[in-house]
Amino acid sequence: LGCYDVISVDVDAPQQEASLHFGYVEVAPGISKADSICRRRPSPPVKMIKKFDKKDEESGSGSNPFQHLEKSAVLQEARIFNETPINPRRCLHILTKIIYLLNQGEHFGTTEATEAFFAMTRLFQSNDQTLRRMCYLTIKEMANISEDVIIVTSSLTKDMTGKEDVYRGPAIRALCRITDTTMLQAIERYMKQAIVDKVPSVSSSALVSSLHMVKMSYDVVKRWVNEAQEAASSDNIMVQYHALGLLYHLRKNDRLAVTKMLNKFTKSGLKSPFAYCMLIRIASKLLDETEGGHDSPLFDFIESCLRNKNEMVVYEAASAIVHMPNCTARELAPAVSVLQLFCSSPKAALRYAAVRTLNKVAMKHPSAVTACNLDLENLITDSNRSIATLAITTLLKTGSESSVDRLMKQISSFVSEISDEFKVVVVQAISALCQKYPRKHSVMMNFLSNMLRDDGGFEYKRAIVDCIISIIEENPESKETGLAHLCEFIEDCEHTVLATKILHLLGKEGPRTPQPSKYIRFIFNRVVLESEAVRAAAVSALAKFGAQNDDLLPSVLVLMQRCMMDSDDEVRDRATFYMNVLQQKQKALNAAYIFNGLSVSIPGLEKSLHQYTLEPLEKPFDIKSVPLATTPITEQKMEIAPVATSKLPEMLAPSRQDIYQEQLASIPEFQALGPLFKSSEPVQLTEAETEYVVRCIKHTFARHMVFQFDCTNTLNDQLLQKVVVQMEPSEAYEVVHYIPAPSLPYSQPGSSYTLVRLPDDDPTAVSCTFSCTMKYLVRDCDPNTGKPDDDGYDDEYVLEDLEVTVADHIQKVLKPNFGAAWEEVGDENEKEETFALASVRTLDGTQFEYFKKADACAHREAVGNIISFLGMQPCERSDKVPENKNSHVLFLAAVFRGGHDVLVRARLALADGVTMQVTVRSTEETVVD
Amino acid sequence: MRSVIWSTWSQRQHCSEGPTGGLEAGLRLSLAELECTPLRQEPSLHTVKAVLILDNDGDRLYAKYYDDTYPTVKEQKAFEKNIFNKTHRTDSEIALLEGLTVVYKSNIDLFFYVIGSSHENELMLMAVLNCLFDSLSQMLRKNVERRALLENMEGLFLAVDEIVDGGVILESDPQQVVHRVALRGDDVPLTEQTVTQ
Repeated sequence: LGCYDVISVDVDAPQQEASLHFGYVEVAPGISKADSICRRRPSPPVKMIKKFDKKDEESGSGSNPFQHLEKSAVLQEARIFNETPINPRRCLHILTKIIYLLNQGEHFGTTEATEAFFAMTRLFQSNDQTLRRMCYLTIKEMANISEDVIIVTSSLTKDMTGKEDVYRGPAIRALCRITDTTMLQAIERYMKQAIVDKVPSVSSSALVSSLHMVKMSYDVVKRWVNEAQEAASSDNIMVQYHALGLLYHLRKNDRLAVTKMLNKFTKSGLKSPFAYCMLIRIASKLLDETEGGHDSPLFDFIESCLRNKNEMVVYEAASAIVHMPNCTARELAPAVSVLQLFCSSPKAALRYAAVRTLNKVAMKHPSAVTACNLDLENLITDSNRSIATLAITTLLKTGSESSVDRLMKQISSFVSEISDEFKVVVVQAISALCQKYPRKHSVMMNFLSNMLRDDGGFEYKRAIVDCIISIIEENPESKETGLAHLCEFIEDCEHTVLATKILHLLGKEGPRTPQPSKYIRFIFNRVVLESEAVRAAAVSALAKFGAQNDDLLPSVLVLMQRCMMDSDDEVRDRATFYMNVLQQKQKALNAAYIFNGLSVSIPGLEKSLHQYTLEPLEKPFDIKSVPLATTPITEQKMEIAPVATSKLPEMLAPSRQDIYQEQLASIPEFQALGPLFKSSEPVQLTEAETEYVVRCIKHTFARHMVFQFDCTNTLNDQLLQKVVVQMEPSEAYEVVHYIPAPSLPYSQPGSSYTLVRLPDDDPTAVSCTFSCTMKYLVRDCDPNTGKPDDDGYDDEYVLEDLEVTVADHIQKVLKPNFGAAWEEVGDENEKEETFALASVRTLDGTQFEYFKKADACAHREAVGNIISFLGMQPCERSDKVPENKNSHVLFLAAVFRGGHDVLVRARLALADGVTMQVTVRSTEETVVD
Repeated sequence: MRSVIWSTWSQRQHCSEGPTGGLEAGLRLSLAELECTPLRQEPSLHTVKAVLILDNDGDRLYAKYYDDTYPTVKEQKAFEKNIFNKTHRTDSEIALLEGLTVVYKSNIDLFFYVIGSSHENELMLMAVLNCLFDSLSQMLRKNVERRALLENMEGLFLAVDEIVDGGVILESDPQQVVHRVALRGDDVPLTEQTVTQ
């Protein structure tokens, strides 16, 4: 078959040469000729090719001659490389096909690649320029696939030192691709010559190839510094650039050499804009490392580049200045004004680069960018959406409060043109703006409600709803308008999640508005019109209205009655349950079952219930034995980037406490202690840089406390064994048991535990101080092998004192409706005391001049202190103190160990200092103290 | 890590959103990336991460990746698909996709892309793109379209080889590139030959 190929080719060739002006046009005839060969072949895959080729020919100009190439067929064709005389056109075409296949990601096996590679080496006999160049390319492409590629070394060396300039550059690049360190030394002489060659393409090729080789053979390339230095003064701009790059890479670890080099080039001046960009990068890196002041000559150099003729250099310099840490507004100004000019460039890339950099400036120095606001506003309508988005977000950062209205108007004209995901960015920007300028909420609210009415997908709507909810929470004045917008939205909302979320919010906030009755209609409409999940949520919301507003109760009961006829089980169950609770008309019941739901941890409840069903006991299941849910840290929605949100959801990881529960339950001594009530945050008992680092986590149980000491040994020549932390209590606490950490090798943390019984007889003794000493057996060991000596000695290490405070006995709970819970607990166990907060007074005194500010500050300070001292959960957002008020009421809720609710109402008044009146209510007497 | 998040994200994008999800969807993530960019990269000559040429169906005609941002062919093709979906309907010349700066240009039925890191000087990438386009334009005698390009694939291979070497910009002047590619004498008509050489 191979013979057939060749014969037909040879016969056809002259005719083609004559008929075609230019070899590349032969593609189509070439294939039809291949066809004629194929027809004689019996094998099926080849027939396939034939068919496709025919189709291509028929379909005319849209065809791709490479589209249906078969690797095996191409490699088959490659056999003609071995024929004499070489037919350059035909071979060139086959090489093109091979490279095309490689380029398409076709996989070549080592054997077939090697075979083709060796066949290709024969083509070096031809003097056809293009063919030779394609051979270089094939060598480079196959360098990692084929074996024994080094056999072409001598051919390439010959070309690299030959007379044909066209060959020399590419030959160097191909040669360096297949060379290793040992062979590099053999061609070192030629490389040095090539670097300083007067032909730019040769010099550039040698420099860039050297740069690639630095990674592999730094020591060899290092010897070429002088040649590179010479090349750096070349007239050719690319040679200059490449030489500079190579020099820097060879010297980058030697700061002095880099400094010298910079000095030289900044003084002599360069022609190449690329080289200038490189110099700017090196200079700014050096400035960064040396923390050089901005009066350094390097900074002057960068600044001088702002006046360069080439935009590329100007932009590089501006960007370098913008990215410098601790840049003052004055130093930024020239860079910003350059970027401002770029904003109106006709080139999209330049506008993009400018606005992107300005966006970065705006993050740190919004005021520096305000001068560009006008230019940025022009970019809002840019046809390139990247530019438009960046312009908007920059403007939202830099705009002053007074410009917000105008900006919002501008954005509304813009928003309708863009698609959902992009709008989400705008909504997030607005949300951030609301936090910055709370007084602008009415403008924002209007805007958001308009957006809510537009069409849009779930993500977009959710972003808007979240934004409105956060505005409502921040600004009590905006509550009614916000709720009204949301009510309107759920009238026609296809997203169940959003509808239930809004219904829940209505249930929480609605009853406390001046006119709760107007929400009932919206909620009941949902019961009539929506799916099961929404109906159930609507019933719960209705119940809250009934429980809170006595005058609405009769009508709510009527509506409930209707809901009891619902087709869905859950809806009926809820309606029946609420109906019965509401009919009792007891505040305590309402509070417990309607306003404030379960506050247990859901995985904990699941586990306890499962346990209970496995071993049924005589007594009923006790909900108090279930660990409480740790209240989630208040979400900071605005700071979470979209990237994070997209991967976070549904990650129902067990809470920290559940993990500790598991860990402790696995230790036999602690199994009898009952469920874990609370685990504290870790407390450091040593300085950060000491020999042993110890931190303690306090685990509170109903009658005991377990102290978990996480110890780390930072000495690599010691092995600690039997590590125990001895504790000396100051009060009536009793140390029951120590569990040592058996062994503590270098840098591997281990835990030792101490079990302490809490005093039963005196429940008021909640706080206690322990002095702690770590005792252990030291065995010296070899730092390298970690092998310990046979014998050791006892030693001890004094740790800082550990305090147990009220907060350790108390678990935060969130009572969504504090008032109801307060009434539920009743005043049986109530205690009232008044404190003057001394520490806060001093703060107030120092800030006397800024009276109003101090006012709010003192309040906040006080509130923060109280919360952290008691370790209780603030309710109804009472931890946020409105400004310019002289008094404030703080509501705190928690559960004392053993499962007793504790509620604290603290009234704070500001006179000379802060006076606090604390009222505590609890379900058990002793706790109140 | 980032690219993993990205790829899952963009897959979701493809299935859940309609064809209009496009460009702006990319922007949303890009913005997040923009805002948390680290300070500065190590000064280096390595500028170009990839050079791509796609046809108007988004299929690869030419693709050269210079680093391991997309190590497998599968990832590369997915990236190309994404890039094509987000750029082929607009004539704006620059975008930020998957955390990379993409400069692009389209002509008749060809799409040219040059891709670099998001910290890279956009104008440098633009210089590469312009050089590639202008060189091809000369070599194809201003006839920059798919068929002509396919008939001159070796010219394209050689030109890219002269413009970028291992991610380093080797030459940015189209005249020089055409000169160095040095297609056979009879390839270039006499008039142009005098201009270019």
